[in-house]
Order: sequence, then structure tokens, then C-alpha cells
Amino acid sequence: MNELYQAIEKNPDLKDKVKVIGIGAGNSVYEVEVFKKKYDVPFPLLPDQDLSVHKTLGEVRTPYFIGVKINPDGTHKVIYSKLGGFSQVGFKDAGAFLAAMVKLAGLS
Amino acid sequence: MRMRGTLAWWIILWLGVVCWTSALQAQAPEFKESIYKVGKLKPRDSVLKVKVGERAPDFTLPAVGGGKVLLGDYLGKKNVVISFVPAAWTPVCSDQWPGYNIVKDLFDQNDAVLLGITVDNIPTLYAWTTQMCGGEGKLWFPVLSDFWPHGAVADKYGVLRSDGVSERAIFVIDKKGGIRYIDVHDINDRPRLEDIVGALGKLNK
Repeated sequence: MNELYQAIEKNPDLKDKVKVIGIGAGNSVYEVEVFKKKYDVPFPLLPDQDLSVHKTLGEVRTPYFIGVKINPDGTHKVIYSKLGGFSQVGFKDAGAFLAAMVKLAGLS
Repeated sequence: MRMRGTLAWWIILWLGVVCWTSALQAQAPEFKESIYKVGKLKPRDSVLKVKVGERAPDFTLPAVGGGKVLLGDYLGKKNVVISFVPAAWTPVCSDQWPGYNIVKDLFDQNDAVLLGITVDNIPTLYAWTTQMCGGEGKLWFPVLSDFWPHGAVADKYGVLRSDGVSERAIFVIDKKGGIRYIDVHDINDRPRLEDIVGALGKLNK
């Protein structure tokens, strides 16, 4: 995930267009902080202790990725929704995942 | 310069951390398919037999990976956190221990060891904990089997439920063998890490 974040930040075409947010389903503020520090997570990690976000999203198992495209008019569309880390769903690495997302979002 | 408003933004939402290890170490999702859905259970179904301030009942239990662990062996050496979890292959526990597995330093800082206990037998615990680590490595803390006589240690502490599994309970025992903290948690919910760390922090005061 950190690699994905770095790949976005290093690319001037993507830097200000793509954001990564992590959700700690079932985790308290403290637990998320411990995790963030431990793994040097550079992007926002949000605790979801009461699992309310998790329930809204359909009680998925983790790790789970959702790509959301936000249109200029403020509406949004889910462009990717899948269980599993990059390698588990067939991507070579974070870069390959990012390339696929960029294509799905119609950014390229 | 293009106007920002004409651009499509997108966001990648990453749900992780539930199972902390899975988040960065990519636990196999197939493993998650093996988790049995237990549904909502009665929050608590036992009566404690020990109190804070009392001496922790001693026990010897076999550990996954061989050997036996005697609680008394830690006397005078280490603080002990006992984490009883109801059963292998159930939803909440399958997230709880992987969480502890990445915070060994928090236990070390408080001169504490962690003992994980369930009423499952050794082969089941071996399969479960191996999968927990994505097939790589293992948990840093001993996982003990309270299988036979069934749930005897859980019963000694008063956390054996009427259906034969244990409560989801945390006991913190100081170096003198005294019980300093008890949390018989709602079985449907995970004890918070900050509560355990907080209890450990009070031991040396």
C-alpha cells in the first residue's frame, strides 16, 4: 500500500488526482495509530471501530479495495471493488494495480 | 493549466487493518473463507471464579509447536497477559491474535509475555495459527491448548461457557503471580488493545 502511495505521489500526472484512504474496520483510534506508526503509513487511516463504514460497504472481508471515481459534477461511481491484495488478484505489483485503476477511471 | 473542476478525481478506499496482518502482509483471502460464521452470541455465559488482587491459579498446558507452558515459570520474571479466545476458526478471534502478533514491542516494553489459550486441540490450533500468518512464520507468543480435560483452565478462572468454549477474556498477571486486571469481554466483540496496554502500564506503579 505504501508503494502504491509512493507511485501516485511520484507521478505528477496523478499526484493531485488520486488519493488513498485506509479504513481500519473494527479498529479503535489507538489501534489505527499503532498500525500507522508501525508500518510508516503515509496516507490517512481512518478508524471504523463500530464497523459502521464496514457495514455500509457490505461487510467485506479484508484486504478489500474499492476504487471510486469522483466526477466533476460531484457524483461518483465505483470503478473497482474486489477482495484481495494486489498479487492475489493478479497484479504484478502496486504499479500494475495503479495502471489498471488509471485506465478504469479513464484518466490515461 | 487545466481547471481542477474538469478533472475526474478518484479515490482508492482500502479496507484493511481488521485483520491487521492481512493489511500489509496480504493474508490469503481463501483463509477467510474458512472462517465459520457463528452469528450473535450471548455476550457472557459464565461466572468468574477469580478476582483482581487474588493469586492467579497455576496451570500447565501443551503449546502448539511442542512442549508445555507452566504459568508459574514466569513468576518473578515476567508479567503475563492471558488471552482466552472462544475457538479457532471463528470470526472475532481470527482477527484478535494477528493484531497482537504485530505489537510484540508493546508487550516487551512492559516486560510482559502473552499466552493465547483456547479449548481447541493442538492440530486444530496448529492449522489455524499457521493460516493466520499467511503460511509464513508463526505467532511470536505461545498458543496453548486447553482441550483436555476439556476447558479445565478456563473453568478454573471461571470463563468456561455452558457450550464448552471459553469466554473472550483477558487476564493480566504481575510478576508476583497476582491478578491485576480482568476483562471478560462481550464474546461478540474484540477487546481493545489500548485497554490491555493501559493495564500493563499500571503494573510497575
